[in-house]
Amino acid sequence: MNHKLLLAAVLLPTVMLTGCETLGGQDGGEVVVEDRGTQADGSQITGSDGATTTGASAGTAFQGHQLDNPQSILSSRIIYFEFDSASIRNEDRAAIQAHAEYLGKNGGATVALEGHTDERGSREYNIALGERRAKAVRQLLLFQGAVSSQLQTVSYGEESPAAIGHDEDAWQQNRRVEITYKTR
Amino acid sequence: MQPSNKKYRNIFSLVIFVLLLAASPAKAALTIQITEGVDGAQPIAVVPFATDQLKTALPYDLVSIINNDLARSGRFSPMPEKDLIARPHDGGTVRFSDWRLVNMDYLLVGRVRQLGDVNYEVQFQLFDVFKGEQVTGISYPFVAGDTRRMAHRISDIVYEKLTGQRGAFNTRIAYVTALTAVTGKRQYRLNIADSDGFNEQTILDSSKPLMSPSWSPDGQQLAYVSFEAKRPQIFVQQVFNGQRQRLTDFKGLNSAPVWSPDGKHLAMTLSKSGNPELYLFELATKKLTQLTKHPAIDTEPTWSPDGSKLVFTSDRGGKPQLYIMELSRNKPVSRPRRLTFEGEYNARGAFSPDGKYLAMVTGNRGRFQIAVLEMANNTLQVLTDSRLDESPSFAPNGSMIIYATNRNNRGVLAAVSVDGRVHQRLEVQQGDVREPAWSPLTDAQ
Repeated sequence: MNHKLLLAAVLLPTVMLTGCETLGGQDGGEVVVEDRGTQADGSQITGSDGATTTGASAGTAFQGHQLDNPQSILSSRIIYFEFDSASIRNEDRAAIQAHAEYLGKNGGATVALEGHTDERGSREYNIALGERRAKAVRQLLLFQGAVSSQLQTVSYGEESPAAIGHDEDAWQQNRRVEITYKTR
Repeated sequence: MQPSNKKYRNIFSLVIFVLLLAASPAKAALTIQITEGVDGAQPIAVVPFATDQLKTALPYDLVSIINNDLARSGRFSPMPEKDLIARPHDGGTVRFSDWRLVNMDYLLVGRVRQLGDVNYEVQFQLFDVFKGEQVTGISYPFVAGDTRRMAHRISDIVYEKLTGQRGAFNTRIAYVTALTAVTGKRQYRLNIADSDGFNEQTILDSSKPLMSPSWSPDGQQLAYVSFEAKRPQIFVQQVFNGQRQRLTDFKGLNSAPVWSPDGKHLAMTLSKSGNPELYLFELATKKLTQLTKHPAIDTEPTWSPDGSKLVFTSDRGGKPQLYIMELSRNKPVSRPRRLTFEGEYNARGAFSPDGKYLAMVTGNRGRFQIAVLEMANNTLQVLTDSRLDESPSFAPNGSMIIYATNRNNRGVLAAVSVDGRVHQRLEVQQGDVREPAWSPLTDAQ
C-alpha cells in the first residue's frame, strides 16, 4: 500500500478547496504557490514564508516539478469507479488527459497503473476486475499521447484497500486505479 | 445405519462453545463455535477412556477431542461429562437400560494401554443403546505425538458408522491471515491448521498479499498466488517440508490455480494474451493449453470431481455468472454453457466431492452470500444470512462448506452444512482470516 499516495488522496481535495482561486489553464502553466511547507509526497516546494516568486517573468511561481504541484491537475492520480465497472467517469477524463499529455511530452516518464476493487464479491474475479480498470486507464492514456512502453499495469483486486471499512464510503475509495510515476 | 427419527430430540442449544481445552498444551489458533445446530443432533455418551494403567499420561485427552469433534459436526450432541451416569470401559459392564433412561442413543467406551515409552494402544467400542448392540469395536496402536490424530480417527469412525458418511475430522484447513502491525506494515500468512483449529502452522509469511490456496489431491502440496514480487505469481509448495517452486510469472494476471482431480494439471487464470482466460498447466511438462478465448473476464475455474468439467466465472453475459465447460483429454469439447440464472452476481464455484452440488458466492441487492446449486434439478438455495461472504470450499466428505465472511469488522471463517442447518464460526485471535481451503481426505497412517 502506498501510504503517501493515500495521504495525498485525503489531503488533496482540501488543498484544492482552500488554495488560491487561480488554477490556471489545464496545462498547469500558471499556478500560484501557497504557503504550505511540505507536500503530501514529501518534496519541498519552498520556504514557509509565502510565495517565492522570482520577479517579473511571467513564468511559473511554482518552483518544484510540475508533478509535485498540488494545484496541478497532474496531482490527481487516483481514478475511481462504480461497483463492478471499469468505465471511466467523465469527471476523471481531464486528469487522465493531463497525464497522457505529460507522458507524451516526457518520453522518459513511466507510470504504474495499479487497479483495485472493493471487497465485495469474489477475490479472483476482483483481481481480474482490477486489471480491467487499470487497462481502461491505460487505454485512455494511450489514445491521448502516452506510449505503451511508458505504462505498466498491475492488479491487486481487493487485496490492498485504501480505506479500511465495510461500507459504501470505504468501498468507493477502494474501487480505484492509482497512477504512480516511476520515472518522471 | 440410520437412527430412528422418533428418538430425535430438540436438545441442541443455539450456541455451544466446543473448543479451548483448558488443559491442552497446544493453543487453538482458530476458535470454533457452533452457532446453530440441528434439531436432530444424536445424543451420544462418550465415557472417559480408562487410562489408569498408563506410566506416562497422554499429551491430550482423547475423549475431549472426540466430544468436540462430534459436537462441532452439528450431527451429535455429546453428553456432558458431569452428567454421565456410569463409567464403563468395556461392553461387559454396560447396562443399556440405564443409558436408555437418560435418552442416550449411543455410547462410546474404551481404554488406553501403554505398550512402550511413547507407544500406546487404544481399544474402543461403540454401542447402539436402543438395540443394546455393539456397532463397532476396534483397537489401534499409536504414538504419543499422534494422540490428536488418533482421537480424530475415532471420531471419524463414530461419525461414519452413525451417519453413513465418511468423517473428515482428520483433515486440515489452509487459510490466509492478514494483520496490520503497529508500524502500519501489513503481514500476510498462509497457514494450515487441523480441522478443529489446533496445530496452526504458518507455511509462508509475506509483506505482500497471498491468495487462492488450493490443495493437491494427495494433501501434500498447496498452490497459491503470491504478490511478493509486487505482481501476482503462482507457486506450488510442499506443505510438510516448505520447498516451493514458482510455476508462473506471466505478464498480467497469474491467478486462481486449482489442482485437477488427477493431480497432473492446474487450471488457472492468465491474462498474458491481454485478457483473463483459463488455461491448463501440465505439471510434468509445464505445457500450457488455453481453454477459453473471450473478451470478457473468465476466471475462478473449479473442477468437477471426475475431472470431466470445469465451472468458471465469466461476465460474458454482462455480469459475473457461472459457466460450465466439458473437457476431453484436457481440451474443451463444448462451448461454455451458462449455469446460473438466478441472482445478479454468481461467482467462485466449488463442487461438492460427489459432484452433486456447486457452492458459490451469490450477490443480490448488495449482499454476497453462500449458495448451493443442486446440479440435478438446477435449484439454488442461499445458505447464509450475512452480506460479505466469499471463497466457499467443501469439506472433503461433503458435510460442510467453509467460507470467509465478515463479523464485527473482522474477516472470519464460517462453515455451513449443505442443508443450511448447521452453522459454525472459526475465528483467529487477531487480524483477518480469509480464503479457507479444506484439505482432501487422505488415508495417511
